[in-house]
Amino acid sequence: MVSRFSYTLDSSLDSVNKVEQAAEQLAQKSGLDEDQTFQLTMAVREAAVNAVLHGNAYDPEKKITASFENDGSSLIIRIGDQGNGLDPTTLPDPLAPENLLNGSGRGIFLIRSFMDEVHFKLLHPGTELTLIKHLGPTQKSA
Amino acid sequence: MSMKISTRQVDGVTILDLSGRITLGEGSVQLRNAVRELLGKGSKDILLNLADVNYIDSSGIGELVSAFTATRNQGGELKLLKLTKKVHDLLQITKLYTVFDVKDDEAQAVAAFSRK
Repeated sequence: MVSRFSYTLDSSLDSVNKVEQAAEQLAQKSGLDEDQTFQLTMAVREAAVNAVLHGNAYDPEKKITASFENDGSSLIIRIGDQGNGLDPTTLPDPLAPENLLNGSGRGIFLIRSFMDEVHFKLLHPGTELTLIKHLGPTQKSA
Repeated sequence: MSMKISTRQVDGVTILDLSGRITLGEGSVQLRNAVRELLGKGSKDILLNLADVNYIDSSGIGELVSAFTATRNQGGELKLLKLTKKVHDLLQITKLYTVFDVKDDEAQAVAAFSRK
């Protein structure tokens, strides 16, 4: 069944938690198993944290957007911010020996690890991340 | 949703029993403050019991790393005890499993501190 819903939210940790809960509900409704649900929920949470913390820098004047879609074959989640824009090619590799003990910089890596596709789009201003999880045969009919 | 920390001493090792979530804003700050306080008091052998940590995000992972390096920089040791499968898998993916000394048994973990 095709479904879609979206939010426009303040740049706050409460918004991160709301987006996380919405992702978990979408995953469960779409028939993802426990591990898949954990991975999707974590990837979406990381994207929301990026939008609130690194994109909008908690600016109360800036909003984040979050949309959730099950198109029948994939789950598509888009998280947008109004920040300065993120160039993913500039991100250091968190697995490189010189970065392994860094206290941050693993969010995008985890998103890429847990999703089937991750796309970055500059919004002028801001960045939109599109996270895609392809559904299995049984999940497509869920 | 938030994390709880309780502290106990076993044979000179400070064990922090953590439960809940280690995430941006809540658990991460609590963990940072708890480790800083211990190091400030000279407690440099620290064992983080993660048996009841059911969720950790990239901020929480970063905080574990920062706690590890802060302790090591002060001449101490920080080890991890009883990882849940989810935390174990995250440390594997991020190649941090080999950085941390991870134990499943508390007595063995306490005995593994080099000053013991």
